[in-house]
Amino acid sequence: MSNSSSRPLSPFLSVYKLEPSMVMSGLHRITGFALTIGLVLLTWWLVAAAAGPDYFAVIQGLLGTWIGKLALFGWTFSIFYHLGTGLRHLAFDTGRCLSKEGIVSSGWTVVVAAVGLTIVAWIIAFIA
Amino acid sequence: MSSKQGTSLVTDLARARGLGASHTGTEHWWEQRLTSIALVPLTLWFIFSIASLAGADYATVKAWLQQPLSATLAIILVAVTFHHAVSGMEVIFEDYIHTKCAKLTAIIAIKFVAVLGAVICILSVLKLALGG
Repeated sequence: MSNSSSRPLSPFLSVYKLEPSMVMSGLHRITGFALTIGLVLLTWWLVAAAAGPDYFAVIQGLLGTWIGKLALFGWTFSIFYHLGTGLRHLAFDTGRCLSKEGIVSSGWTVVVAAVGLTIVAWIIAFIA
Repeated sequence: MSSKQGTSLVTDLARARGLGASHTGTEHWWEQRLTSIALVPLTLWFIFSIASLAGADYATVKAWLQQPLSATLAIILVAVTFHHAVSGMEVIFEDYIHTKCAKLTAIIAIKFVAVLGAVICILSVLKLALGG
């Protein structure tokens, strides 16, 4: 397909009113993208662990700074959010939760679960 | 090439195959679902393991990754995660890159980079697990 075509291109969003379920769907994709970028960090962390204690201390030091902790916090929330919305999409695939009420209640369940699991993971990290 | 209405340009064979302009069927969709199901327990295991290792010294992290169960699950996690990431990125590229050449280049690049990343990760885990 060429750019010179005047046909509407995906994402064709400007004609719709912004709805919470749209925001959730968009965030599912954005967190998926962010988590893919986060795989660079996972790879680096595993390489550092394999390289030995000196190099491992470097990355652990970087992750221990407030920027590192903030990135890890965003990463943790992204994982739980993407996991939750992913499960919600699997439910959609089987035809469940597709009513208006089902979409709203499953959406809120995912948001609450993602926030809750993120907090639980960080409580574990702080008492560990 | 006879269609019932006489107006469709779709051949009977194409209609029977049920495949559209993408030329492929549901394999990609199915693989994305399959990897997502596998990643539910794997990700929960990984996040809570890592969380409980926060602030641990090198020896503790090494000892954890050297356990056969941790090493096995870590390798599976890495392989499935990279596979899942690629299938997601592929859809993103298909949706937002509108020139065929750039789209194909991006899809090929993400696949190559993902294989590279996955092999690096798996080798790192193996080095720790088998290196003693």
